[in-house]
Amino acid sequence: MSSREDILQSIRRNTGIRYEKPDYAPLEKEAMTYSDKLAQFQDIMKLMGGRAVILQDGEDVNEVIRKQYPEAKRIATCVDEMQCGGKSYKITCATFHPDDVEKSGDLNGTDLAILQGRVGVCENGAVWIQQDVEQRAIYFISEELVILLDRKNLVNNMHEAYKKIDTGEYGYGVFISGPSKTADIEQALVMGAHGACDVTVIVL
Amino acid sequence: MSTKHSKAAEKFLENKEQAAWHDQTLWMVRAKRDKMSKSVPEWEMLRDMASAIKLYSNSHLDSLLQEFEKNAIANGAHVYWAKDAEEYCSIVHNILQNHNVKHFIKSKSMLAEECGLNEYLQEKGIEVVESDLGERIIQLMHQRPSHIVMPAIHIKKEQIGELFVKEMGTEPGNNDQTYLTHAARKNLRNKFIQAEAAMTGANFAVASTGECVVCTNEGNADMGTSQPKLQITAFGMEKIVPDRDALGVFTRLLARSGTGQPITTYTSHYRKPRHGGELHIIIVDNGRSRILADKEHVKTLNCLRCGACMNTCPVYRRSGGYSYTYFIPGPIGINLGMLKAPLHYYDNVSACSLCHSCQNVCPAKVDLADQIYRWRQQLNSLGVASKSKKVMSGGMQFLMERPGLFNFALKSAPIANSLPHFMMYNGLNDWGKEHDMPKFAKESFNEMWKKNKVK
Repeated sequence: MSSREDILQSIRRNTGIRYEKPDYAPLEKEAMTYSDKLAQFQDIMKLMGGRAVILQDGEDVNEVIRKQYPEAKRIATCVDEMQCGGKSYKITCATFHPDDVEKSGDLNGTDLAILQGRVGVCENGAVWIQQDVEQRAIYFISEELVILLDRKNLVNNMHEAYKKIDTGEYGYGVFISGPSKTADIEQALVMGAHGACDVTVIVL
Repeated sequence: MSTKHSKAAEKFLENKEQAAWHDQTLWMVRAKRDKMSKSVPEWEMLRDMASAIKLYSNSHLDSLLQEFEKNAIANGAHVYWAKDAEEYCSIVHNILQNHNVKHFIKSKSMLAEECGLNEYLQEKGIEVVESDLGERIIQLMHQRPSHIVMPAIHIKKEQIGELFVKEMGTEPGNNDQTYLTHAARKNLRNKFIQAEAAMTGANFAVASTGECVVCTNEGNADMGTSQPKLQITAFGMEKIVPDRDALGVFTRLLARSGTGQPITTYTSHYRKPRHGGELHIIIVDNGRSRILADKEHVKTLNCLRCGACMNTCPVYRRSGGYSYTYFIPGPIGINLGMLKAPLHYYDNVSACSLCHSCQNVCPAKVDLADQIYRWRQQLNSLGVASKSKKVMSGGMQFLMERPGLFNFALKSAPIANSLPHFMMYNGLNDWGKEHDMPKFAKESFNEMWKKNKVK
């Protein structure tokens, strides 16, 4: 008999009481909400070690990016243009597309990557990135990240977030909440363990 | 009556400064956890829900695992089932061998620790590189993790500085945490790019989508799996959850409980292999299905491996992870060790004051302290109860059954208060070992009652 059958048989033999699946609805109804989502999202991004910048009327998103990361030279973008709130935002400050490289290792040395966030979560600063390029390594290997997020896609908590996300055609997605970090040496918090050392979410 | 745990703890406590640092640092993490839990008004509802979901999923493993398998295969993954550690290790090895992998990069997996994967592969000539910073440090030091979430919590930065001079060419004497972390970042980046295969564990496996979810702060799981196109993911079968809505519950609890953060930096969902790549998923039993039949201990399968129970444990904080004989320390490790092999790991059940703090912080409501209490009741029938404790409790029973003698003993007890130190703390008085003796009251409650002093 295969291990699969052995294991399933052992599970069936040893399972005692079969508990009912709980109803999530009462908890989801009770879960935290925020009256001012934008303000909460800015506060929590700061706590997570990153920042949220709200794009003001008349501001050019490329200028905001350049101002935040004046040193960045090798800039990748996964998004050419973003439509939201009846406006169109063109990304012109990037120097290349991540899929222009031959292999993922060639992305090493990228200073800044610009990504599209699908959902932003106010309780913890997590932003859902659904894989939209062949080389998803760009989300992690770049020194710094800018995530563009439509303010309509801010949700209160993870319950709401999971109802809105998917993994798309590539079958991969990730919540990113601020910069990569570690406290493995004497519990001292250090930004930039393996992933981005700095993260800015620009709320459109 | 000293157990292996208490002897090892004594050694840990010899370095008073380090022991105090260990205690305070973990307490700080516990305090951060409290701050987080108190900022979520529905916290207790979340814990109840997490426990209810786990009770449901662990009592429906047969159907949920098959649902997961069906969906994972439809997503293009290869799915394997491993009965035990040996089978799990050999499946990983076969996959690596078939792809001619020589450089293998791993993110932290307690399952791999449990099954001795690194040793197995290294014996077969495959270089295994741990990519979580703490795990990498202890790997280079040839040590084992002393905590499941903070594996290098017992190591001082000076030791790490010295290690990195040798391993990563850092400046001697520069022990700055940021400097050392960024040196490791640079060093490991090359390892990520060179690797031919990457492996992760899983915090959750979602039956309804066939995806595996991994939570990290460093981004090491994603750095690994986005470089080589061959990915292996393995999980113990109790990691299964029914659907994504369940993730909404667990992701709110995991990091808040474990490290006192609102969420880990990365919560990654691996559903399909990369284009032109392969995704291999291994479902591991290794004793878990047997635990299902143990009514008194089945709730250990609720565990999320967040580490909250060790951070809060007064014994763990003051004795360190290496005092325990099982590879997972602290309250959950005591119980998992007993489920693995009671005659081998019974020493650890003494490492508990039954304060129940672990049980109160556990996000999935594992009844940790109650289980430890139940194991202690079984020590006698296992034939491993402490002889001196048996003599003492025998003596107590003799006394309790004889009121005259009991009252006399009580009257005489305060004499012990004024005895010189050496008469109370010596090899003959087991109760004076490892803790201070209580001060006996001048008058017993009984006497006070009779004299009408108790209102």
